Amino acid sequence: MMAMTEVVVENVEQNVKEVLARYGNNPARMIEILQDLQDIYGYLPREVLREVSHQTEMPLTRVYHVATFFKAFTLKPRGKYTIQVCTGTACHVKGSYRVLERLEDVLGIKAGDTTDDLMFTLETVNCVGACALGPVVIVNHKYHAYMTPAKVESLIKEYREQ
Amino acid sequence: MKRIESREALLELYRELAGEREKEEKYIAVCTGTACLANGAQEVYDAFKEELAKRGLDIQVKKGEGSVSLRGTGCHGFCGRGPLVAIHPRKIFYQLVRPEDVPEIVEKTVVGGELIDRLLYEDPVTGERVLHEEDIPFYKKQMRLLMAANGQIDPKSIYDYIAIGGYQAMAKAILDMEGDEIIQEVIDSGLRGRGGAGFPTGWKWEDAKKHQSPVKYVICNADEGDPGAYMDRSLLEGNPHSVLEGMIIGAYAVGATEGWVYVRKEYPLALENITLAIEQARELGLLGENILGSGFSFDVKVARGGGAFVGGESSALMASIEGRVAEPRSKHIHATESGLWGRPTVLNNVETWANVPIIINKGAQWYAKIGTEKSKGTKIFSLVGDVNHTGLVEVPMGITLREVIFDIGGGIPGGKEFKGVQTGGPSGGCLPQSQLDLPVDFDTLDAAGSMMGSGGMIVMDENTCMVDVARYFVKFLTEESCGKCVPCREGLKHMLDILTRITDGEGTMEDVELLEELGYVIAHASLCGLGKSAPNPVLSTIKYYKDEYIEHVRDKKCRAGVCKALVKYIIIAENCTGCHVCFKRCPVGAISGEPKGIHVIDQEMCIKCGICKDVCKFDAVKVV
Repeated sequence: MMAMTEVVVENVEQNVKEVLARYGNNPARMIEILQDLQDIYGYLPREVLREVSHQTEMPLTRVYHVATFFKAFTLKPRGKYTIQVCTGTACHVKGSYRVLERLEDVLGIKAGDTTDDLMFTLETVNCVGACALGPVVIVNHKYHAYMTPAKVESLIKEYREQ
Repeated sequence: MKRIESREALLELYRELAGEREKEEKYIAVCTGTACLANGAQEVYDAFKEELAKRGLDIQVKKGEGSVSLRGTGCHGFCGRGPLVAIHPRKIFYQLVRPEDVPEIVEKTVVGGELIDRLLYEDPVTGERVLHEEDIPFYKKQMRLLMAANGQIDPKSIYDYIAIGGYQAMAKAILDMEGDEIIQEVIDSGLRGRGGAGFPTGWKWEDAKKHQSPVKYVICNADEGDPGAYMDRSLLEGNPHSVLEGMIIGAYAVGATEGWVYVRKEYPLALENITLAIEQARELGLLGENILGSGFSFDVKVARGGGAFVGGESSALMASIEGRVAEPRSKHIHATESGLWGRPTVLNNVETWANVPIIINKGAQWYAKIGTEKSKGTKIFSLVGDVNHTGLVEVPMGITLREVIFDIGGGIPGGKEFKGVQTGGPSGGCLPQSQLDLPVDFDTLDAAGSMMGSGGMIVMDENTCMVDVARYFVKFLTEESCGKCVPCREGLKHMLDILTRITDGEGTMEDVELLEELGYVIAHASLCGLGKSAPNPVLSTIKYYKDEYIEHVRDKKCRAGVCKALVKYIIIAENCTGCHVCFKRCPVGAISGEPKGIHVIDQEMCIKCGICKDVCKFDAVKVV
């Protein structure tokens, strides 16, 4: 909780305006609009969702409905590194659940959460299409193939020290 | 780029480009599909670029003067062996290439014409090195109508696509054929939707054509959400223009003016390549007003998905393009009558669209010769899991599961036993050994309790627990259920509770019966395809692997060693050398023993994370 207060949300009005302009101020492109805003802030802060509602004249509930329905959106700030554990079927039968459990243990958080120091966000994804390399763990777009629980600690250490 | 205004201009450009390609003495194709990129293909590509530049064989040098061109191509399919490199015209096929190998490849193979043995594929049976892609057992039984071009063209270049005959089918369709003729051709070809349901594509088009409206839409569904399937991604990444060409033909046939491609956000490269393809086609005048002077106008836009499995359901997908949440609606009225924004809409899957130019080029009769009586053409499967050769395989319909898994896939690694194959993603089912000789087509798989689905094929060996697999899929579907209708939302939740109870060793025999009852209700009462097919993984595993359910319930045993509550880790004294590694690596200090002495795991403390088993080099840790 303490960590959340450290996040500063700036230029909301301007950023929302710019992103909306990219899509011709068309609220039908809500998914893309929110994705672009999430790319700017790393997550969807409450102020941003309010501003989107305000500028598009869409009810705030509609904006929240979209923001909470799709997996791609997060309403909480994210860590510097996002660790995605692929839990697609191929990775599952190769033991990705064991890798996930180990990551949860080492980081002390559950999938979907962020560490207090805002270093790591842990999440699961359903198939990234690298099924031939499973179990796959992706850290900020870098793929780590053939993961095992035994490799988890050194992986985390590697990123902590970067 | 110069606009192409007529068929003659397109033909001229094709001749020029194809001629240029023929003059190319050598070209190096580096697979830059997602799986190869994950294995380091970008570094390999960069190393080639640098090495060629260093030797003055740079791609910038004019073609036909002893130069070597370099192409980053789409997915070749043999993903387990990436990065893959093919050297043309001899088509020498190197696998597991590292950047360090590149100078040697250029020196010996590209310049010197010699082979580098260690980079060639070794046949595990004969031990012989295989020179060409098509001679590798993995490719031999395949029929690569859609995938072949992936390895030959740069997906970021429309000229590469035109050079291999691209957009000729479109020219033929919009200049020589009436809409009805095209639809009849597609009906006669027997093409059925590759997204999973297998609905005849031509019928869908016919229906959309019938409905009068000044605005109609065609949509390409690239929201490939099945975990374990990635053929649509590889087509969009590797050959986006073939999909686009199919869409233009379909749009002309039904009288649509606007198209949408709906792509998952999890597929950034596919998104990039299709967006670029659309821009290039527009610049050349192959999209937009009055295409090739035919009077037909059509344009395509891209929409990004937000990451929801149900978003791939057709009515949910359209809701999502309209900017709403992806919730399906009841389908008393078909999308072909009232779809996107209430207009007649044809929605087809990526692979379906990519088949269309082939049918127009080669004719329905030719196409209908491939496959079985009711399932025509080829199908791309992603063959993954516990199988030697993982990757994308394109096979004629009607091939048996055994041929795919054992001949193409090379069987189960490590001499383990085959246990089952899961087809059709979370909506499909698991089939055991006894069903391996089934021909793969829409109707046979349905009848066996599974389905074709979009083409995921996950092979499972003896170390897979089928109850856990059922639980895995139900958990996935519970999370992905949109929550709109009760049977799916509540029914799945209860199925998950029951399955969790069973895998925790607390199930009863009544639970298994209850699962079957629940499954029946969910399948019959749910609103959309997701709910209707959701019980399949459970019902098919109960059907074929009931003994495993009974073992979990009655004997409190998980024979595969997967269900944590039912297994323990022990150290086999005879195998333990006292290397002390497990002692050092155990995160909870549950292992005791002196160096060079026999080690023991304290069962009270053990959290069953499996690290001791992973790190033991002497096979001394067993799961019982």
